[in-house]
Amino acid sequence: MPISLKSQEKPTPLTFQELLFRLQSFWAERGCVLQQPYDVEVGAGTMAPETFLRVQGPKPYKVGYAQPSRRPADGRYGENPNRLFRHTQFQLILKPPPVNVQELYLKSLEAIGIDLTQHDLKFEEDNWEGPTVGAWGVGWQVMMDGMEITQFTYFQQCGGLDLDPICAELTYGLERLCAFLQDVDSVYDVVWARDPETGAVVTYGDVRHTEELQYSVYNFEEADVDRLWAHFNSYEAEAQALLAKANAVLADEKATAAEKRRFPVISTYELALKCSNLFNLLDARGAISVTERVGMIGRIRNLSVGVAKMYVAQQAAV
Amino acid sequence: MTDFLLEIGLDEIPARMIAGAEAELGRRVNDLLTRERLLADGGKVITYSTPRRLAVLAEGVLAKQADAEEQLTGPSWKVAFKDGAPTAAAEAFAKKAGVAVAALEKVTNAKGEYVGATVKRPGRAAAELLAAELPKEVLGLYWAKNMYWRAGKPERFVRPVRWVVALLDEAVVPLEIAGIAAGNSSRGHRVLHGERSVVLNSPKSYAEALRKAFVVVDVAERRQTIRKALDKATRTVAGARWREDEGLVETVVHLTEWPSVVLGNFEPEYLALPEEVLVTVMRDHQKYFAVEGADGKLAPHFLAVLNTQVDAEGEAIIRHGNGRVLRARFKDARFFWDFDQKTTLVDRVESLKNVTFQKELGSYLWKTEANVAVALALATNVKAAGTLFDEAALVKATELAKTDLTTELVKEFTELQGIIGGLYAKAQGLGETVAQAIYDQYTPASTEDAIPSTVEGQLLGLADRIQTITAMFGVGAAPTGSKDPFALRRAANAIVKILAESGLPLTLSNVVTAGGAEGAKREQVVAFLGERLHFYLKDVRGFAYDVVSAVLAAGADDVRDAIARAEALTAVRGSEDFAAISAAFKRIKNILRQAEEKGFALGSSKDVTLMPEAQRLADAAAALVPEVAFLRGERAYGEALAQIATLRPVVDAFFDKVMVLDPDEKVRGAHLGLIDGVLRGFSGIADFSEIVTA
Repeated sequence: MPISLKSQEKPTPLTFQELLFRLQSFWAERGCVLQQPYDVEVGAGTMAPETFLRVQGPKPYKVGYAQPSRRPADGRYGENPNRLFRHTQFQLILKPPPVNVQELYLKSLEAIGIDLTQHDLKFEEDNWEGPTVGAWGVGWQVMMDGMEITQFTYFQQCGGLDLDPICAELTYGLERLCAFLQDVDSVYDVVWARDPETGAVVTYGDVRHTEELQYSVYNFEEADVDRLWAHFNSYEAEAQALLAKANAVLADEKATAAEKRRFPVISTYELALKCSNLFNLLDARGAISVTERVGMIGRIRNLSVGVAKMYVAQQAAV
Repeated sequence: MTDFLLEIGLDEIPARMIAGAEAELGRRVNDLLTRERLLADGGKVITYSTPRRLAVLAEGVLAKQADAEEQLTGPSWKVAFKDGAPTAAAEAFAKKAGVAVAALEKVTNAKGEYVGATVKRPGRAAAELLAAELPKEVLGLYWAKNMYWRAGKPERFVRPVRWVVALLDEAVVPLEIAGIAAGNSSRGHRVLHGERSVVLNSPKSYAEALRKAFVVVDVAERRQTIRKALDKATRTVAGARWREDEGLVETVVHLTEWPSVVLGNFEPEYLALPEEVLVTVMRDHQKYFAVEGADGKLAPHFLAVLNTQVDAEGEAIIRHGNGRVLRARFKDARFFWDFDQKTTLVDRVESLKNVTFQKELGSYLWKTEANVAVALALATNVKAAGTLFDEAALVKATELAKTDLTTELVKEFTELQGIIGGLYAKAQGLGETVAQAIYDQYTPASTEDAIPSTVEGQLLGLADRIQTITAMFGVGAAPTGSKDPFALRRAANAIVKILAESGLPLTLSNVVTAGGAEGAKREQVVAFLGERLHFYLKDVRGFAYDVVSAVLAAGADDVRDAIARAEALTAVRGSEDFAAISAAFKRIKNILRQAEEKGFALGSSKDVTLMPEAQRLADAAAALVPEVAFLRGERAYGEALAQIATLRPVVDAFFDKVMVLDPDEKVRGAHLGLIDGVLRGFSGIADFSEIVTA
């Protein structure tokens, strides 16, 4: 395994799990709620309700969580050293963004062992847009020695709704960040854990390689296209039905606050997420033509925009 | 006299927007100071910028405006004073003017006697004016993309404003921008200086104070530093040069506050990948400069521009890190290249049916078939005119032109579409002609870009674009105003440029016909291409507006011919004789229009005795028309125009002595017939009446 240039003089770079610990404690010490990964398939940390729903409305919120993020089409059977079906994002939402948010971010890099005086750091324009969740923002890709290590976005709109206050979203790509820290060319060589007593290591490959292989086989070869379509339509129908009902309940002047409060808007959002993942699977199977693609994105967007509206209405009502 | 400094501190501004914003801010500050009479003679405004700041230094600012006096005029004296006593009207006027009634004066002007008042306007202090006016100017800056950041969304700007410095000499100007109160404290380089503030003692010390905090605020200086550092780093490789790339230099100038350069290496084995791919990865994806050897070929090195200064250890770390990223990208590119070779372009044609061209029109397979039909129609024209080219290769290239859209490499590097197709065609043994035509199909991409180098490439480029324009107009997707989602204007500009700069024997109407537009749609397409021809002549070739209008009024179908006529007309339009001819033609047009409005008919001079001046014009015209027509036929436009200019004395004499709209109907008809003949006979090169004369 290649070792950092001056490894003899420098502390051993963080393992994958230490990297996550450090980021979590750094942000916890700055007042963030630490959440656990969301337990429904998502393509990015943005889609988890802790971001998608919490950014709505006026209430301040600070949260961080590691989110396994599935991108079926990016799977490479475990053969490509840099591309994964499922990677891990450390997702951070600061609502509203503190005035020194960039300085805090730089301190978080120091906290994970990066000596900023020995690296080249640039904030390069990169505006993010998520069409299926009706979200966009402006910001940067943070480049360190020519590698993107974080996506930094000032969210402007989410679920088709203007945000006020806005929030800062910081997304650290843990695998590539860790490969950078450990100076390895393949993500599978990243040390995930090291036994402090024996020094024995468990690599990212030990933990995840088989999964990458098998999911690539499923996503590209085995997933049953007709059933995927059926699942999609079924989840979409249920979500639509709930949205119609939510609309009626939340608009009903006779309904009590308690009745409005208990309506399962959050569960409806999960159905939209299911659709989003099924769409990604269909896409990986090559079952969606470019023409259909736009229409499918529109269908998912309708669901997420509908949920965002209902969520805001519900918050206002209770 | 004082100096003024304004610095707006921001989160990193997108590099592409900085130069424009810096210039605009300088202009706004200069205009404000000038408008408010605050800039002394010889005063000047200097601008600076880095990714984190925009700054303006104004030297020679007056501490306050000069006092001024203003004369106001009120009601008439009679109304204001009755028997010498002021009336209510006088009192109201005095109050409004801010003077005592006793100070009112009598003013006599052409209309009579009025009440006047001299009002003193004391000059306002610069600090007060700047505090009131500058925030509006700053917040009025144009940004291609804006954001909100404060709760309640009071303003939008490119990125959040983090600090403001506003100094008139040593004094802080009490202004506020986006909730940030101005002070005298700036910030330095994020890493090299850290979060400590940089206190500015005076406007003039700005650049030096920031330099101590590892920020070069002057853009030109950073540009020079970067160029020198690129040179120096490249010199470590014998015989090597860095690839000049002005656009990339500008980008890195606006990405750095304290630039330096590191040269890195990659394994020579990657040089087996096409240069286009290597350069795209380095330039577009990594913002690295490519390095070439003495033979002009790419060398296995790259140059990264850093926004920091490091010791040898740091440099080794950064070189290593950048090399690692580049290698991974090259590895991906090589994987895609190898993977793509498993399916030849020929075998990819069918799969184009899964790639949508436009949802109302069809897939790229549909588009390909349509393109082939258009290319064949163009080929027929060109063949008939005797131009030699390989028709089979044209058809093959057109059939395969879009297949690279299905390759992994193009999905990864969309900016290389066409180029990748050309490279694959060559690698798959489809022949140089086919490969080159596919490679060049999207050129010219801009008005500065070169046209395809081969006839086959030119014809493919024309066919693809006219097919797109015709089809898009057919589904109502013609550009309107600033909306041109399918970049049809760019496509039409390319058609005009190819016709102008190739030797193809094709006119715009040949191209439109090959495209298949008919009826009203054809007229729309013709008018659209006509607009682009006008744009090309005026904005790309730089011909004067009136020359372009004059030339196109006489014919707008043959592009190269229009250029030749515009060149000839430009050469003569400054001459005195020609200006007189242009004025005379304008007059002829006006007279003919008046005659038409009055219902005066054109006649002949057969039974009329013309005045000598009219007869001389008739004779001169009769002699000259065939000569000019001959020269025009030979495209000897310069000579033809010189001949026309010789008409000047006869024309001048005619208008001097002859009353064109003679009361006698026959004489009048003869005159009208005569000038109409002159207009028609000599307007084949250009409509001279369009020429603007002094």
